[in-house]
Amino acid sequence: MDNEQKNSYKSGPDENGRFGIFGGRFVAETLMPLILELEKSYNKAKEDIEFLEELNELNSKYAGRPSPLYYAERLTEHLGGAKIYFKRDELNHTGSHKINNCLGQILLARRMGKKRIIAETGAGQHGVAVATVAARFGLPCVIYMGATDIERQKPNLFRMKLLGAEVIPVTSGTGTLKDAMNEALRDWVTNVDDTFYIIGTVAGPHPYPAMVRDFQSVIGTEAKEQILSAEGRLPDYLMACIGGGSNAMGLFYPFLDDVSVEMIGVEAGGKGVETEEHCASLTAGKPGVLHGNRTYLLQNSDGQITEGHSISAGLDYPGIGPEHAWLKDIGRVQYVAITDQEALEAFKVCTRLEGIIPALEPSHAIAHLIKIAPEMSRDKLIIVNLCGRGDKDIFAIAEHLNMAI
Amino acid sequence: MIKTRIDKCFDILKAKNKKGLVTFITAGDPNYKTSLEILKRLPSAGANMIELGMPFTDPMADGPAIQASSLRALKSGQNMIKTLELVREFRETNQETPIILMGYYNPIYAYGNDQFLEDAFRVGVDGLIIVDLPPEEDDELCLKAIEMGISFIRLATPTTDEKRLGSVLKNTSGFLYYVSISGITGTATPNINKVKDAIIRIKNNTDLPIAIGFGVKTKQNVEDMSKIADAVIVGSALVSLMNNEDKTDASIIKDVLDKVIELGKGL
Repeated sequence: MDNEQKNSYKSGPDENGRFGIFGGRFVAETLMPLILELEKSYNKAKEDIEFLEELNELNSKYAGRPSPLYYAERLTEHLGGAKIYFKRDELNHTGSHKINNCLGQILLARRMGKKRIIAETGAGQHGVAVATVAARFGLPCVIYMGATDIERQKPNLFRMKLLGAEVIPVTSGTGTLKDAMNEALRDWVTNVDDTFYIIGTVAGPHPYPAMVRDFQSVIGTEAKEQILSAEGRLPDYLMACIGGGSNAMGLFYPFLDDVSVEMIGVEAGGKGVETEEHCASLTAGKPGVLHGNRTYLLQNSDGQITEGHSISAGLDYPGIGPEHAWLKDIGRVQYVAITDQEALEAFKVCTRLEGIIPALEPSHAIAHLIKIAPEMSRDKLIIVNLCGRGDKDIFAIAEHLNMAI
Repeated sequence: MIKTRIDKCFDILKAKNKKGLVTFITAGDPNYKTSLEILKRLPSAGANMIELGMPFTDPMADGPAIQASSLRALKSGQNMIKTLELVREFRETNQETPIILMGYYNPIYAYGNDQFLEDAFRVGVDGLIIVDLPPEEDDELCLKAIEMGISFIRLATPTTDEKRLGSVLKNTSGFLYYVSISGITGTATPNINKVKDAIIRIKNNTDLPIAIGFGVKTKQNVEDMSKIADAVIVGSALVSLMNNEDKTDASIIKDVLDKVIELGKGL
């Protein structure tokens, strides 16, 4: 191990926004001054007690933090191995971890004097969180959502509209998350003076990956305190699903230097990583440049981005946050893939045994848990991030299970 | 220093006291054969320089016309190997007209940066415009391109303030591409007075020729913009004529070349 690694896994990114070779600022010149301004403002804000206090206050009184760390007793018994805890981020206001980041960014937008909010959304969880904070702070907001995703996430579409957001269906490409992100970037390039772009995951040009990670780190910071208080020691494993990777980064980051803690990111294996229908960019993609950063991407040999597939719209992204790409390459975090079918099974198990209806996204993490927990001894501790609740998915799940609502 | 085709082109224009027309088409749009035919005939229709788009699935800075153009090209089977082959075939009969490859970084990165520069130079590419490689990422491709004698043409935009202009100009060669609007290609029409002010400001900082692009659609636009810059770039207005759903290749070729002739009258 060289000195740099010995020092910390938490020192990234460097001043150019790099985590190793990943990350960076691969944007059009028009956006360059904007992301430099954002970086400057963010660096100032994160050292500002007033900003941090306001965010804390909103996190607790508005979003409902801290989210509990819950001992999943029946699931633990059922699997007969390691002791399982759920980090209950699905209990947050708006139903997922996305609110953590949105509160941080909207406060920053306000400090920067921005008058208009834009965002992309896949499953609609980020869109709902953005629409929520935009309503709370009285700023107009435009959400780009792929036309395909709109079809499979109608409840979230309706919620965004109720909250006063303008939702623009994106038909370019295949009408999913990456196309929504393209359109949001096109909007930003066009409305440079007054618009703040709230990116929903730990991807995009620097400083987004670091900034979103910092806002999401509240998950891991709380979990660490909670597990120490419940068990008097650190967990042996952390597990979280990965689309762009924001909930996983939020849970993992505060533990990165605790080398005894193993971490597993669970990607969407779709119909299997050996097929072409999956979203496992780390497991089956290769490094490339898209949406402002270098990271692992699903692409063909000509560097054209290929369309992923997942039962879960929230994991349906051909890229991955650059910090995850780096953590994979240096071997600090292990990344695996779970198929649609396995996620559905896990969804059923969790719902019936724990009385918690998880979103399809964390169902992927639970599916991997179901695979490995039984092999472990009973004194092992696992924390799984339950990053979203499944209300939004019930129609899609009914269809997959051939059930009528 | 050896003069490149781009330098020579601007020298000739200057000597004749004329402005240049830069035309953009996407390689392989709507198919290889048709785009080669258009490419070969663009110079005689009035194009002084040619920007050749390298198609990409996710052209984030482009409007609907160039997005569609990119997707048509990809659908017809275009890839980087064929784009370089297109340039090679063009150079069999034309040694003068500068060819500038324009596009996004990922297809180049996937091809391999060194291999790409070597092959591009060999087939006769004169310059590169890579939308998502700002000065902050010069180590990626820009410095090596310049070393090899391929110009790296940078975009300056309405958001490029005095402070940034220095770093934008630093490793720019060939000419500077001024993006006339904050926005994506082929959409809004630029405000001439604002563009004029920006060009004057940039001219105070560099001797490089300046070409204006984005939102240049008509002969009148060409006329207006050519008064304040050294060259004018037209893209979306041309590729929007290439939709082959209800058009034959022959009529696409004719429409595009007619449009170039018409635009050239604005110079």
